[in-house]
Amino acid sequence: MMEADFILAGVGGQGIILAGDILAGVGLQAGSDVKKSEVHGMAQRGGVVTSHVRWGRRVRSPLAEPGRVGFLVGFEALEAARAASYLRPGGLAVVNRYRLPPPAVTAGEAVYPADDQVAAAIQSRGAALEWVPAQEEALRLGNPAVAGVYLLGWLSGAGVLGQAVAEETWVDVLEGLVPPAHRDLNRLAFRQARAARTA
Amino acid sequence: MSDASKVLLSGNEAVALGAFEAGVRVAAAYPGTPSTEILENLAAYPGVDCEWSSNEKVALDVAIGAAYAGRRALAVMKHVGLNVAADSLFYAAYTGLGGGGLVVAVADDPGMHSSQNEQDTRQYARFARVPLLEPADSAEARGYVEEAFRLGERFDTPVLLRLTTRIAHSRGPVRVEDPSPLGGRGRPAVRDPRPVPDPHHRSAREALAALANDPGKYVMIPGNARGRHPVVENRLARIAEWAETCSLNRVESGGGSLGVVSAGVAYQYAREVLDDASFLKLGVVWPLATGLLRAFAAGVDRLLVVEELDPFLEEALSLMGLKVEGKRYFPLAGELDPATVRRGAAQAGLLTSEGEPEAVPGLPPRPPVLCPGCGHRPVFYALRRLGAVVFGDIGCYTLGALPPLSALHTCGCMGAGLGNLQGALKALAGEEEGEMEGTRGRPVAVIGDSTFFHAGLPALANLAYNQGGGLVVILDNRTTAMTGHQDHPGTGRTLAGEPGPALDAASVARSLGVEQVTTLDPYDLEGFVAVARGYMTSGRPAVIVARHRCVLQARERRPAVTAVAEACNGCGVCLRLGCPPLVREGSVVRVEAALCTGCGVCAAVCPRSALLAEGAIPS
Ligand SMILES: Cc1ncc(C[n+]2csc(CCOP(=O)(O)OP(=O)(O)O)c2C)c(N)n1
Repeated sequence: MMEADFILAGVGGQGIILAGDILAGVGLQAGSDVKKSEVHGMAQRGGVVTSHVRWGRRVRSPLAEPGRVGFLVGFEALEAARAASYLRPGGLAVVNRYRLPPPAVTAGEAVYPADDQVAAAIQSRGAALEWVPAQEEALRLGNPAVAGVYLLGWLSGAGVLGQAVAEETWVDVLEGLVPPAHRDLNRLAFRQARAARTA
Repeated sequence: MSDASKVLLSGNEAVALGAFEAGVRVAAAYPGTPSTEILENLAAYPGVDCEWSSNEKVALDVAIGAAYAGRRALAVMKHVGLNVAADSLFYAAYTGLGGGGLVVAVADDPGMHSSQNEQDTRQYARFARVPLLEPADSAEARGYVEEAFRLGERFDTPVLLRLTTRIAHSRGPVRVEDPSPLGGRGRPAVRDPRPVPDPHHRSAREALAALANDPGKYVMIPGNARGRHPVVENRLARIAEWAETCSLNRVESGGGSLGVVSAGVAYQYAREVLDDASFLKLGVVWPLATGLLRAFAAGVDRLLVVEELDPFLEEALSLMGLKVEGKRYFPLAGELDPATVRRGAAQAGLLTSEGEPEAVPGLPPRPPVLCPGCGHRPVFYALRRLGAVVFGDIGCYTLGALPPLSALHTCGCMGAGLGNLQGALKALAGEEEGEMEGTRGRPVAVIGDSTFFHAGLPALANLAYNQGGGLVVILDNRTTAMTGHQDHPGTGRTLAGEPGPALDAASVARSLGVEQVTTLDPYDLEGFVAVARGYMTSGRPAVIVARHRCVLQARERRPAVTAVAEACNGCGVCLRLGCPPLVREGSVVRVEAALCTGCGVCAAVCPRSALLAEGAIPS
């Protein structure tokens, strides 16, 4: 049993809901009580998507609280910065090195934050940041859609999580949740990422 | 230690499982976030006849009919759907259901993640004199369905089951028996489970025969309804008595002198933040177990209600003469979350404020947008060019209101735009014709195809009947896109996946008496503008069915549009489409090919032929 709060943040269509389901499933498998929450609807038209996943002895609220979350999984740099206020001191952000400019930026009316601004947003919370080449590696594997699972693989090897939950627990849950046709690719992305993180 | 008998279900999946286990035979709904997945999931279980109804009132009438015929029936809708279905809830409250069971699952959306208001369904329970149960997690959501049917059948009443977004769309563990009726991801294993036996002994035929012999109960003419009203009031009093000992209400004794009354997800937040208070956790939110509440209040020094939206419980407790606090500390508007409850508790002096982290300032927003290639986009671009004042409606197309399109000017509730158009036309009719040049300033209405069959039909009949001279654009993307692509009467497919007759919006408009009707593909921007201009100035009712299949569903892709940098002068006309692949880069516009579906609408608006569609690049 492990206690931990996670926030997954990114853009509609990036596979955040599936990644959240995997994370929730792993918590349950590892013996924790689990809750998970996200918003559906308008958010899926290119808007912001955040998913809250909580593991604990007894989880009450399905929503985590700003300033109290241990792990931020950023699917996209800007959205990782936006969600940074959730992190607690000593927390960890694993962030996909990937930018999806929002409409105001593509129209030339606003500026996308630089990497060091994203880093500052996270570090000012007293949390650590790890940039993850998830998009790049997913493309190399032949399908950008596995970037989310790559991020989870990376996360699974990080810090206390790496010791608390066995790799096979993750792989088990993952295989149960992704469609059979994509199982091999997802497993590969996961294992590669975990190996890259723990190397 | 893992527990193989537990699965993680969303509140909606849990309600579907609960409905299957309760032996529900008929279920009807109109989609609406956050309620939609209940029927999508239930439809995959065997033995339950599920339908997408054309609107919520029809759904509730269908469910009532099945309950009248002695079955267990479920109607599902979002909070505003109950406004549409309210008339039916009130008659069912008067007639009761005889031997059948009727549960109405209604999902509220505090915080308006996907809604036009945040009305509180608990008020309908008080208003219609029906009981309301409110679960606080997925496990309760599953179990409360059976409880609701038992309660309703015992007292011959419909029962409201209230969910909120954070219950409906949160996952939590639910214990399932072996063998589980569920397959992977909480979805039912389609072939495996047997239909649950119908808990009712009577056949539908017997139930209907009994109904036909009881006009005093089912024919709500004044003489009969007068007799039913006292029955309803008396019934509510008896249910309140039952609630006193009902196990769905529970006291959790804490160490301190503080007592908290709460229900639903608000209970979870309060329980997390105020962990040593005593709690009265209500499952039966209406009618209230007043004796239980009084006893609980007597045992604590300070009584607090933590509830989302209206001060529903707080007011009821005040009316009982109890000294209670609530909305002084917790907001009336918006959804609660642990941080908000912590803030309120600090204000109430119950804990010390720790200060909250500030949001990172200056980040560009990321609003939702119409998808690349969406057929709604050229319609809004054209209406803006025509200078129309656009009475809108609800669906993906409401995004036409956002800049840079900014071409949808009202959005109230489903079906409203058509009536609004007619009223505006009447108001304009008093003014000098000469003041209106061309199409500029003239009102039109837009409505989605699913919305048209939901609430547009009576309004269009009215427009034709009363000879309102305006243009109605039916945005026909062949699906209910906004809520996740559900079928509707125009798609030719039922929820069960079976083929049905596809109602054609154009034929419907004609048969309602509209003479000017054109169906076209809005990718043909100039064609649309020409027809719309003629119709807007014709002075007679007109309908354009702008038909292009939802790109998310069709996954249609042509070669990406090519940007010719040398020809582009950076005028930005194309950027007024607000299409995601069009990116300003320095002094020119570039096309992000991976996002582009090649619809070519941008090429049609570019005044310098700097955007070329369908690979038509000059050699
Ligand atoms: C009374 C009511 N029921 C349901 C909803 C949820 N809802 C909003 S718009 C909509 C339908 C959208 O479909 P359509 O009109 O075809 O437009 P599209 O999203 O496909 O563009 C639904 C189900 C609502 N807002 N109000």
